[in-house]
Amino acid sequence: MKASTASQLIRGYEVVIGLETHAQLSTVSKIFSGSSTQFGAAPNTQASPIDLALPGTLPVMNRGAVERAIRFGLAVGAKVAQHSIFARKNYFYPDLPKGYQISQYETPVVQGGAIEFLLGDTTHKVHLTRAHLEEDAGKSLHEDYAGQTGIDLNRAGTPLLEIVSEPDMRSSAEATEYAKTLHALVVWLGICDGNMQEGSFRCDANVSVRKPGMPYGTRREIKNLNSFKFLQQAIDCEIQWQIDLIEDGGEVQQATVLFNPTANGGRGETRAMRSKEDAHDYRYFPDPDLPPLVIAADWIERVRAAMPELPQAMAARFQRDYGLPAYDALAVTQTKSHAAFFESATAQCNLPKVVANWMMGELARRLNAEGLAIEACPVSAAVLAQLISRIGDGTISNNGAKQVLELLWTAGQLREPTEPIDSSFVDKAIDDLGLKQLSDTAELDRVLDDLLAANAKSVEEYRSGKEKAFNALVGQAMKATKGKANPTQVTALLKKKLG
Amino acid sequence: MSGALHDLGVSDLARALAEKKVSSVEVTGHLLDRIAAHEHLGAWLCVDADAALAQARDADAQRAQGNAEQSRPLLGVPLAHKDIFVTRDLPTTAASKMLAGYRSPFDATVVSRLSAAGTVTLGKLNCDEFAMGSGNENSAYGAVKNPWDLTRVPGGSSGGSAAAVAARLVPAATGTDTGGSIRQPASFSGITGIKPTYGVCSRFGMIAFASSLDQAGPMARSAEDCALLLGAMSGFDERDATSAQRPPQDYARAMRSPRADATAAQPLKGLRIGLPVEFFPPALASGVDGAVRAALAELEKLGATLIDVSLPRTELSIPVYYIIAPAEASSNLNRFDGVKFGHRAAKYTDLIDMYKKTRAEGFGDEVKRRIMIGSYVLSHGYYDAYYLQAQKLRRMIADDFQHCFAECDLIAGPVAPTVAWKLGGKGDDPVANYLADIFTLPASLAGLPGMSVPAGFAASGEGAGMPVGLQLIGNYFQEGTLLHAAHAFQQATDWHRHAPSATAMGGTA
Amino acid sequence: MPLTPDDVGRIAHLARLALQPAEQAAMLGQINAFFSIVEQMSAVDTAGVEPLYTPLSAVSEVSLRLRDDVVTETNQRELNQRSAPSVEDGLFLVPRVVE
Repeated sequence: MKASTASQLIRGYEVVIGLETHAQLSTVSKIFSGSSTQFGAAPNTQASPIDLALPGTLPVMNRGAVERAIRFGLAVGAKVAQHSIFARKNYFYPDLPKGYQISQYETPVVQGGAIEFLLGDTTHKVHLTRAHLEEDAGKSLHEDYAGQTGIDLNRAGTPLLEIVSEPDMRSSAEATEYAKTLHALVVWLGICDGNMQEGSFRCDANVSVRKPGMPYGTRREIKNLNSFKFLQQAIDCEIQWQIDLIEDGGEVQQATVLFNPTANGGRGETRAMRSKEDAHDYRYFPDPDLPPLVIAADWIERVRAAMPELPQAMAARFQRDYGLPAYDALAVTQTKSHAAFFESATAQCNLPKVVANWMMGELARRLNAEGLAIEACPVSAAVLAQLISRIGDGTISNNGAKQVLELLWTAGQLREPTEPIDSSFVDKAIDDLGLKQLSDTAELDRVLDDLLAANAKSVEEYRSGKEKAFNALVGQAMKATKGKANPTQVTALLKKKLG
Repeated sequence: MSGALHDLGVSDLARALAEKKVSSVEVTGHLLDRIAAHEHLGAWLCVDADAALAQARDADAQRAQGNAEQSRPLLGVPLAHKDIFVTRDLPTTAASKMLAGYRSPFDATVVSRLSAAGTVTLGKLNCDEFAMGSGNENSAYGAVKNPWDLTRVPGGSSGGSAAAVAARLVPAATGTDTGGSIRQPASFSGITGIKPTYGVCSRFGMIAFASSLDQAGPMARSAEDCALLLGAMSGFDERDATSAQRPPQDYARAMRSPRADATAAQPLKGLRIGLPVEFFPPALASGVDGAVRAALAELEKLGATLIDVSLPRTELSIPVYYIIAPAEASSNLNRFDGVKFGHRAAKYTDLIDMYKKTRAEGFGDEVKRRIMIGSYVLSHGYYDAYYLQAQKLRRMIADDFQHCFAECDLIAGPVAPTVAWKLGGKGDDPVANYLADIFTLPASLAGLPGMSVPAGFAASGEGAGMPVGLQLIGNYFQEGTLLHAAHAFQQATDWHRHAPSATAMGGTA
Repeated sequence: MPLTPDDVGRIAHLARLALQPAEQAAMLGQINAFFSIVEQMSAVDTAGVEPLYTPLSAVSEVSLRLRDDVVTETNQRELNQRSAPSVEDGLFLVPRVVE
């Protein structure tokens, strides 16, 4: 596997991308109040006096949010600061009830770390600057209230982990793969539900372009990208926009932009935000309501001890212990459920590579086609293992197995999830479909003797050295057995008979 | 005994109520009449007679059922709250137009604790807008007058509390102190007040001015009364992340328990009182200097040893405080934007215009000034030079105190350089007001407990005859030591028993 | 250094305060008068001094107290919105926000 190499150029420009990702932490209550973080409640029914910043209210920090930040820090090999500070970021916006956002500025809780991922056959390593805890803002509902905007503060105070990368990415593909890997990791760690439709995982992309060897160009920040598709599209749009501008002799001005995927007849466009026009002077200062966050070493150790095996470690183990190729190992560790499915199937049939093939092939194809998650797979790991064993012991051929799977799949879907089909179903299906391979030698003997008698000509040709004639005979034999014969066995027997 | 009812302090009243010599309804009714007769003082922003009488009846009923006494000494005792504490059943304005008609959905912790103790709430008291001021001339609802001389300020920002207690309209009131707002009005109005150590009283439900400085405390007639109230209103609160995690304190007991080497004649024997040279500058008003030195002589007679100490950065505490407090205030006041509660301008062109007009209309001049100063010192390029530098100096000021406390148990001096000034006397000169806070700011910046104890009256000079307060400052969580010394002083003197004359106060009763 | 009228305008905008010209002028004078007493501050050498952001940390390490992750609040929308200037369908209404 190659390590990340010199980046490809676009129209002669090198692209530089850094991502700021907001992951909503999976706590049941808000970061500074006891309000629920449940998504989708009626407007302002989950906005307590603290979330509304009513006079006299004060914030009290949620331990669960800190614990999740520690888990992330350990997972990316970062430094978990034993002493970090909450600061106030002051600005006026209707969805920001206090008129300041409590965030971390000079000393974040997670410092450094890196994310590694595979793109094509190249491993990329994106370094992280930091990850800090902060509170989410509310929502502005723009559908018309007589020309006014409605403000729902249910989301205000939901804990966020803002994960800031170094400008290490050189293409929209790399940025997207980084985001996917990060998404998989926070879900794997159980610190974020990863629901992008609900905004639980949102990316801001900082994009700039430069001629190779030149200093960084001026960057523009694309805000609130909540799907990988839009992330890639938006970055591609922005790259072209910046290059066009420069080629026309223009100069990129630092700006915050929004991506509109439907503009330009579906090609999308990035346009500067009005509301961010006046360059902000946030007047950061340490929040006097919140003393320094001190994380004792023993707490970090307790969290470390409770950490799940991480996807990369697991993939490496699968390569080592099961002899999987790197690509397969990554594929079967894309989620915790995939890994669990793989390991339980492999444990039963002891054919890891075959299990991986079926998971990446038939299963993946069918699951995608029906938009099912692996957890909802109608064919359990046990059943798949049984099917694979039957290929292994020569009972059925690979093609036969595919027909069996078809049957198992439909049967599985007809069953209640509570009573799934078990592995006994596999042999029954093989019989029903009559796919059992012919391994009874006596019978095969008879078939072959008849066959040789009926094809004296081919026998002659073979004996006079025409190899092709032998293959013809094998074909005849398979035909005669309606494909139920085991080709290897047929070949062996024929050779013997033809001496 | 009705004639003297309003002269009873908290502990006297508690005793009278316990001995059933008087009912809570009687006292409450009497005080409500007295409040009505002294509206011209401008001390009250809201009085709810019906609610107060209902609470009084309930208190009397509970006492009749016998579930009071030891556990709830304050049952049936009337008091009032500075209108900076939010209350669920009474309006809360912070003396600002911004909160005209505002109703909080909850009670401040201090309020709910005093209610739980059985006290009867007469109403809410006037103060400087958002507690920003030292003369109570910055209230959107009018200035408060000093009961000793109606042409003078009662001090601020807890001016309504001070005036109401001094005028015997209520035995005690809550106050808040950010840079001297309990101690200075107590001194100007001749009552006793204590600002406890930062963290002793919960800030939850106290409308924030400067979060790292704000502290609530009682304002009453005597140290004994303050001790009773502080015991009821203080203590750890999980809703305030800066609340000190300590077991409940019995301040009344600490106040009474004799010192190790105390004698009947010398209850303060062994107590070392440090006098910062910086607290006695030549510029100190003669009337103040005289009363304070006499009080110190009295403390010496009671057995205390007076020693000279130094707080070299006393003068620096003015710019340090007036950088830090406005910086925090500018941020704390962002939430007053006309969106979730409070005032919203009637006419505006767009969102930003709505913000700007709402805040321009809702805030008074001093509040705007502090928002401007605070925003400036935090703004890009100035933070290090102003805010950061101020916070570093704050550490040095706190360290200076610790050096002093290595040599003494308490620090004493004047509360303010002068007695109460004339209404409008400081004219349009905010800086002159700031300079007058010089003796209260250092303890505020350090977060130390401080008290103002009536020490007599200015004998001569400007404001002759006006009350003068002695300031006592203790080390962290030494409220007991403060109250003990103040109590001993009040056993030996009667300054705290002096009340302004009916003629001085005017009014219709 | 004294503030300029521009500074006052900039800060007033930052703090969302509509100041009348007369107010701005008065403000400028008063703020500069204040900064004249601030200058003595900058003269002090504070090298190596830790800022004192919260007072009790002057004598002991103060660390953030954390709450358990449990829901303790119930829906009090009506009570919480009783002093709101403009509400519809439970939403706070504000002049159109343009992104």
